Amino acid sequence: MQTEFLIQIKDLKASIDNKEILKGLNLEVKPGEIHAIMGPNGSGKSTLANVLTGREIATVTAGTVTFEGKNLLEMSPEERAREGIFLSFQYPIEIPGVSMVNFMKTAINEQRKHRGLEPLSASEFLRQMREKKELVEIDSALTNRSVNEGFSGGEKKKNEIFQMAMLEPRLALLDETDSGLDIDALRIVANGVNKIRRPDTSVIVITHYQRLLDYIVPDYVHVLYDGRIVRSGGPELALTLEERGYDWIKKEADVSEETWTTDQK
Amino acid sequence: MDYRPEVTGRLTELWEGRETGILKDSPEIYNRYRTEAFSEFLRLGIPDRKNEAYKYTNLEKSFGHRYEQYFSPKPGDFREAERFHCEVEDLDVWNMVLLNGFFPRGDEGLAMLPGGIWVGSMKAAARQFPSLVEKHYNKYAQNENDGLVPLNTALATDGLFLYAPKNTVNTKPIQIVNLLHSTQDIFAQDRNLVVVEDGAQMSLLVCDHAISPQHYLTNTVTEVYVGRNARFEIIRVQNQHNDSGKITHTFIHQERDSFASSNNITLHGGLVRNATWHRLNGENAETHSYGLFLADKHQHIANFVKVDHAAPNCNSTQLFKGVLDENASGAFNGRIMVHKDAQKTNAFQSSNSIIMSDTARMDTKPQLEIYADDVKCSHGATVGQLDENALFYLRSRGIDAREAKLMLMFGFAHDVIKNIPIEALRERIDNLVLQRLRGELSRCASCAIQCN
Repeated sequence: MQTEFLIQIKDLKASIDNKEILKGLNLEVKPGEIHAIMGPNGSGKSTLANVLTGREIATVTAGTVTFEGKNLLEMSPEERAREGIFLSFQYPIEIPGVSMVNFMKTAINEQRKHRGLEPLSASEFLRQMREKKELVEIDSALTNRSVNEGFSGGEKKKNEIFQMAMLEPRLALLDETDSGLDIDALRIVANGVNKIRRPDTSVIVITHYQRLLDYIVPDYVHVLYDGRIVRSGGPELALTLEERGYDWIKKEADVSEETWTTDQK
Repeated sequence: MDYRPEVTGRLTELWEGRETGILKDSPEIYNRYRTEAFSEFLRLGIPDRKNEAYKYTNLEKSFGHRYEQYFSPKPGDFREAERFHCEVEDLDVWNMVLLNGFFPRGDEGLAMLPGGIWVGSMKAAARQFPSLVEKHYNKYAQNENDGLVPLNTALATDGLFLYAPKNTVNTKPIQIVNLLHSTQDIFAQDRNLVVVEDGAQMSLLVCDHAISPQHYLTNTVTEVYVGRNARFEIIRVQNQHNDSGKITHTFIHQERDSFASSNNITLHGGLVRNATWHRLNGENAETHSYGLFLADKHQHIANFVKVDHAAPNCNSTQLFKGVLDENASGAFNGRIMVHKDAQKTNAFQSSNSIIMSDTARMDTKPQLEIYADDVKCSHGATVGQLDENALFYLRSRGIDAREAKLMLMFGFAHDVIKNIPIEALRERIDNLVLQRLRGELSRCASCAIQCN
């Protein structure tokens, strides 16, 4: 079946330690679209990122996720990455002793193998490293070090976008990529995303703040609250949230929840 | 049942027949310590687990075996050893091959390497440098703690002698390839002395290879003197097999302003115990003790370290890491002793292990004894599994779980390897460790003889 959606999430429910976090989430993203998911703390934003990338912290209890017509939930994290899903981590991990170069070379060649391509030659690999480093304005010295080891917060986020540039995903999930960044670093990171994005690359931006969306302009903005998307709109919704905060959304959502629960009784 | 009385009985027979047997031509400089040492051995015995330093190490597997021969080399034995070529590329070293810890041309004189460093057998050293040997021999080894040290003092027939006279610098590292080869199951004891005089420098690489499948047990004692402002580096690479036992005791004695580092890389071995003793005997000396081991099957790898801060303003570090899989067991016993006058001491110790299976086991025991009041000392020990977050991070980039685990283990190990001062060797050991972690490194993988 030919599907027009790159990713289609239907009635997704997921729990952590038997506590339901996602309570029936629906989202459809077409190739080339940018979606922003905003929401207060604890609404389930990071759990969504975990579920989509296959981290076993959360257990999916119901629903489906279809990625390019395939059942994403059946795939291991590495298979999802090879299919073209990329997560920019909220908290990138430091891995002492594993060099950035070796890490990227292994990752790229595993993905190439998956697509039936030969491994990159050493010179081609180094050329790409150089080119992508310039795109995200990452210090050359950093990529000669161990993965994220001793990087500042800003450098770690840049390094995530650098990896995205190297891996050229179909769908990028940016999990609070803006948190903890000063405005200059934010601009570099956001512009990096814009520069490396091809017309058919889709992006899901998960964020608390509207700030990042000045640079990565979304086609749609969704508000996630209590495990569900309670409101969707255009970029103007982000501005409204920035002005009015989340309380009005919470109230509305809680009221409809009550009504819904009452109706059930 | 206690296996030890029988073994002690066999060693006593060897001792009693020494004058017409193994110690027939032994120099008096060495003989003068033997009687006292043997009675010390009888008093202390083969260490059992009641001995604090062997609490987690059971020697029975190695010492309980009935060896057919106490190794005492004859010229014909060295033929295999002379055919051996180390295949490490770009490793620019002075290369020497030993057999079961013994120097092939034991009866010839010492040789001088460019740069002025003397090398040869202990027997030849006793003839050529009697007063030097007299000054240093058996002065640093501690015969009163561990029965295996006096056993070596009593019965070791020969070993390697290295001497860097004042202000000499070896232009290339010295590589000692120590082959374990025999047609019989053997117990061997070698006794080595390294003297690095004031202002001299020596970098030493010792590779232990078992090249025939017999049972071996080696009990090695090495004394090292590092003079004022001198520098000494030793790297051991141990790649033996599951039926070989290797016990080493290395005593490094340092005078003021000196530097020493010891790096024990254990890739394979049925039972390996490396004891490294560092004594900082003069002010402003610096010493580093590193260790890395990879163990699986029923292997047991133990590291014992003692750093003695006997003088003020000295620095020491200890970093030991291990990866244990299947039924392997490991032990780390690290002691820092700061004497009363050793003010302004900086002493750090760290031991980290990764356990890959439910049946592997690691015991660590850090001990600090501090008698000075103005010191900085720290110790830390971790035993754990691979970091799940790091594993997920690698997998989320498309790297499969198995490869990701390997990368993490390798990264963990590299933390020790990066301290190896010789670059070509560092790369080689990175490679060996990677092969070992992939399960591709057999004990013969890097041997030219290919006996099987």
